[in-house]
Amino acid sequence: MNSHLWRVSAMVTVIATPAICETAPKDVSFAEGAVEASLTGVPGDPANGVKVMTTNALGNCVACHQIGALPDVEFPGTIAPPLDGAGDRWSEAELRGIVANAKMTFEGTFMPAFYKVDGFVRPGDGFTGKAGTEPLAPILNAQQIEDVVAFLVTLKE
Amino acid sequence: LALAGAALAGPAEDELVIETDDGPVRIVTKTAAPAFLADTFDTIYSGWLFRDDTTRDMERDDFDNPAMVFVDRGMDAWNAAMGANGESCAGCHQGPESMAGLRAVLPRVDAESGKLMILEDYINACVTGRMGLEKWGTTSDDMKDMLSLISLQSRGMPVNVAIDGPAAHFWEQGKEIYYTRYGQLEMSCANCHEDNYGNMIRADHLSQGQVNGFPTYRLKDAGMVSAQQRFVGCVRDTRAETFKAGSDEFRALELYVASRGNGLTVEGVSVRH
Ligand code: HEC
Ligand code: HEC
Ligand code: HEC
Repeated sequence: MNSHLWRVSAMVTVIATPAICETAPKDVSFAEGAVEASLTGVPGDPANGVKVMTTNALGNCVACHQIGALPDVEFPGTIAPPLDGAGDRWSEAELRGIVANAKMTFEGTFMPAFYKVDGFVRPGDGFTGKAGTEPLAPILNAQQIEDVVAFLVTLKE
Repeated sequence: LALAGAALAGPAEDELVIETDDGPVRIVTKTAAPAFLADTFDTIYSGWLFRDDTTRDMERDDFDNPAMVFVDRGMDAWNAAMGANGESCAGCHQGPESMAGLRAVLPRVDAESGKLMILEDYINACVTGRMGLEKWGTTSDDMKDMLSLISLQSRGMPVNVAIDGPAAHFWEQGKEIYYTRYGQLEMSCANCHEDNYGNMIRADHLSQGQVNGFPTYRLKDAGMVSAQQRFVGCVRDTRAETFKAGSDEFRALELYVASRGNGLTVEGVSVRH
């Protein structure tokens, strides 16, 4: 009986494993910087998007961007344009493209590519300073990117 | 908060005159950029101008400068008969003031060996070759104490490292490293310290990443940090595989970065947070 239970939960795990319907980093198709299709098919959760954007170990977008809608973030950076109104300036597909790999929209930009796994110079193993092996894990996973995009589209002036 | 950020946008309007046992020493924290940077900057600034009031104040008087403890430790080592046959640094070099001016011209190419030398290399050459001891670790406490003592002897002297002649190809190598976008974050030194100095990266006020202040007492680490160590930290923060402190790559980088500060004066030993 125990083993039966275990098998059921294993099956649930397989079904929940995003890999099935997820677009892998290497398979994302950019059209002039934009990514039309959702990376997961699961609607993004804007509240988790905020968490991703304000957590150092995740997106840490606030290291560079200020966001008027998030006045509680301490010491947002001043490197990049404020994100207020990003949902007016860009379509959902364009925002998905910018978050996945901003270099496809802004050539040579300082903004890191959050859904890119290889082609780096001296790739590291996270922040250890040691060598990493490509393909690296992307900085954000597919659902985190969808969550961030779901929040960005709400940023209307 | 937004206002505080805006107020911090540029380097501070401030002057640094350090009270020392030998009277006041004026530090050049702001001066015209060296010729090779003409298309990049008009003015170069010491990292001191990008630190907050409290941190800046700690460097105004040796009495308040926590790095002086490490200078004193360096002085004890200088005088100690630590060599395999009882040699001391003082025995061959007299007082540490015999080292005045050295820090301002390093890194440089050693005329005899053709090797690019940082101060750590000169110290280790004597520790091993003239005292018969094991090499000191590049970032060991023994090494950083001695870097502190020797750097201080050049305080107030203008940085003037040679970039031509035998130094030229090391300088080119360092320059290439400076502009390479490393790691998963794909960031170069220039992205942070050339394109964005004066801006805030989260709570950190970005300076031009000059090395005239090194070694520096870093409040966050409660200890001395050498330029080589700082490079390791900055490259690690780009999610990259770093070069090692004391490697050929980081010695070339130190030459290039030091030359970007030609005209600022040596602060070593400085205070940063
Ligand atoms: C290291 C700095 C940095 C980080 C971190 C960063 N960005 Fe950016 N971002 C930029 C810069 C610089 C630009 C401006 C584009 C350009 O011209 O290079 C930009 C542009 C953008 C834009 C378009 C700007 C507009 O409103 O018109 C969006 C949207 C954006 N970033 C979202 C994000 C999100 C979401 C994250 C985190 C997941 C993030 N950024 C992290 C530097 C950064
Ligand atoms: C992601 C941004 C970033 C990158 C890339 C970066 N640094 Fe830094 N660096 C910082 C920050 C933040 C500080 C601390 C504040 C300051 O002095 O700018 C710093 C400090 C320094 C300092 C100390 C300055 C002082 O006076 O105390 C030096 C030197 C330095 N960096 C050199 C470099 C070099 C050389 C590289 C490239 C190998 C590099 N940095 C790459 C962010 C960066
Ligand atoms: C047995 C003698 C001897 C001892 C002991 C000795 N040195 Fe030296 N040192 C020399 C000689 C000789 C040179 C090369 C000629 C010169 O530049 O003075 C030199 C060069 C140097 C240089 C480069 C100076 C320059 O201007 O190029 C430094 C720095 C240095 N020594 C530091 C030290 C330190 C620190 C110690 C102790 C840990 C030490 N030395 C111990 C003999 C000695």
